[in-house]
Amino acid sequence: MSTGNPAAVEKLSRREYVLAQRELRRKKMFALALVVPLLLFLFFAFVAPIGTMLYRGVYNPVVAELIPDTLQALEQWEGQTLPDDAVLNRLALDLKRLAQTRKSGKLAEEINRHWPGASSVIKSTARRMKRQTDEALLNGGADMIRVANKKWQRVEIWRAIKKAGQVYTDGYYLTALDLERNADGDIQQRESAQIYIKLYQKTLWMALVITFSCLLLGYPLAYYLANAPSKTANLMMILVLLPFWTSLLVRTTAWIALLQTNGVVNSTLMALKIINQPIEMLYTEFSTIIAMTHILLPFMVLPLFSVMKGIDPSLMRAAQSMGAKPISAFISVYLPNTLPGLSAGALLVFIISVGYYITPALVGGTDGQMISNIIAFHMQQSNNWGLAATLGSLLLVLILALYWIYDHFIGASNIKLG
Amino acid sequence: MARASYPAYYTFWHILGEYALKLSAWLVLFFLILPILVIIPLSFNAEPFFSFTQGMLQLDPEAYSLRWYQGIVENDNWLLAIKNSFFIGIFATLIATTLGTLAAIGLSSDDMPFKRAIMALLLSPMIVPLIIIAAGMFFFYTKFSLAGSYLGLIIAHAALGVPFVIITVTATLSNFNRSLYYAGLSLGASPIRTFFDVVVPLIRPGVISGAMFAFVTSFDEVVVVLFLAGPGQRTIPRQMFSGLREQINPTILAVATLLILVSVLFLLALELLRRRSEKMRGLDDTTR
Repeated sequence: MSTGNPAAVEKLSRREYVLAQRELRRKKMFALALVVPLLLFLFFAFVAPIGTMLYRGVYNPVVAELIPDTLQALEQWEGQTLPDDAVLNRLALDLKRLAQTRKSGKLAEEINRHWPGASSVIKSTARRMKRQTDEALLNGGADMIRVANKKWQRVEIWRAIKKAGQVYTDGYYLTALDLERNADGDIQQRESAQIYIKLYQKTLWMALVITFSCLLLGYPLAYYLANAPSKTANLMMILVLLPFWTSLLVRTTAWIALLQTNGVVNSTLMALKIINQPIEMLYTEFSTIIAMTHILLPFMVLPLFSVMKGIDPSLMRAAQSMGAKPISAFISVYLPNTLPGLSAGALLVFIISVGYYITPALVGGTDGQMISNIIAFHMQQSNNWGLAATLGSLLLVLILALYWIYDHFIGASNIKLG
Repeated sequence: MARASYPAYYTFWHILGEYALKLSAWLVLFFLILPILVIIPLSFNAEPFFSFTQGMLQLDPEAYSLRWYQGIVENDNWLLAIKNSFFIGIFATLIATTLGTLAAIGLSSDDMPFKRAIMALLLSPMIVPLIIIAAGMFFFYTKFSLAGSYLGLIIAHAALGVPFVIITVTATLSNFNRSLYYAGLSLGASPIRTFFDVVVPLIRPGVISGAMFAFVTSFDEVVVVLFLAGPGQRTIPRQMFSGLREQINPTILAVATLLILVSVLFLLALELLRRRSEKMRGLDDTTR
């Protein structure tokens, strides 16, 4: 290559130097041209979707699109007293339109998140406005709203509407971090339960337990694999790779069959008269941890194996022949040599398990749920997409930090696939 | 390990330790393989349970049946799911393998700028949690009416398969002897001809194993399908997921057994490829 070595460059004539530079640039362009199609594809298929999700965490146009006129009228409102009749008239019109297009339920759901109890107020009022003419509402809508429900006299519901109407908000981030804004607008810890911080702690704890179990099980197996005669090692390797290649859902199904109340484990233990009553193992934290350990174990064994394969067995023999006890020889000679594989495997297992969804969803029950499951819950059941997006963004930051560590110390391209 | 004679300095405890190690290694292997093996006999259960009946334990032929396998064939939902899984998987694999192989060739060149950053980006679909990818795709693909379409799922699964193609092809290329390429050029072949006649045959095993990884990734993926697929695009894992959540019956075990069979076939194919590739590169002992 023409890079490097300045002494060689000096001997080139000016023209040769220009030509060499041009050739180098051409090669660079050619290499880049091969990568660009994939980069463009991934940008559309993968990067832009994740960017959209990050954006959804601070951008919530739903309420602003539902009641644009009301929010415009509310713009000047200070939030200390009840808004004047002009605002109420606009709301009456907006509510009528929503009732006719069957969207009042969506508005009720959104406002209710900011002020619990608002849902029924909005739905019942919208139903009443539906029958009125536009003129009647524009002139006397305020009175009709006050008659429809006395909670419209409370300033809190108006504050909730104004807050929900903000297109850009840090509200979801505050919720995701168990914070809230008090009446003065200062950020403080949420008085009700600390849900999400606890959930993150629990997720990290479970990932740590899973990583440790994989290490505990994977280390002796990898050691034996690396030192066994090649015929035995080949057979054993197939037994490691078969689960690796078997569908995730198949392996999760297997654990359901094993752990359920009348499952294989319970009936075996009962037949052996070890227990009289079946133990409830499925749908607990325990079942999530054991099933995920089983699923992620190959990710630990493969990097450990490839590192151990390269360690000269005479190292251990040398240490012992010089009088080291096997355990101290292991700790001061063998273990340090396996650290690259150990950290690669442990970090990979930890990264994968922090963001795991399927297995906790199927075998976790209520106390085996991890952060991914709550994100899915807010996406699919509670329809709180903003909160799902912020919880996802925080998870993403965590994962990218871990991935950076992995790439920095181990190199992303060194991931072992068997 | 399995030496017949032990070194002279070995004490009783050394030998005991070696046996304990051997035992624990095999126990871990049983932990890995047993749950998968248990599924197979259970799928022939004559009763609608997920556990062994008395009759099955006594090996009574009456207690075994193929009714759950029949259930798959007679159920339109399962047949559609099988068709969808292959359809989406094959097209996603084609996209991931084509783009991934080209990129891997570019990346293995010494002249590639920003190599490390690009590599980290290309491999990130493997690291970012699927729930984040799925939620993001749901938001973004909806804007282009790609949610609830085959095209959307194919694009999504292709993106997820890319890292595997990159890893396998890059690994093959790192063992690739550049002088073979220059030999082709010096003998008068054009760069394109050299690429197809010299490079492609040598990296083919890597490309094929990357394609297999990409296909399995799509074939096994369920989170993105949960968020993006309409009722018409249900795949095998999606069908299993709802089966396990709603009404557990041994049809799922029968499907699982068939999937185990598929993975055994893939594993064998991959092993053959590995041996072939070693032979081609002259790494195999038997050819020396």
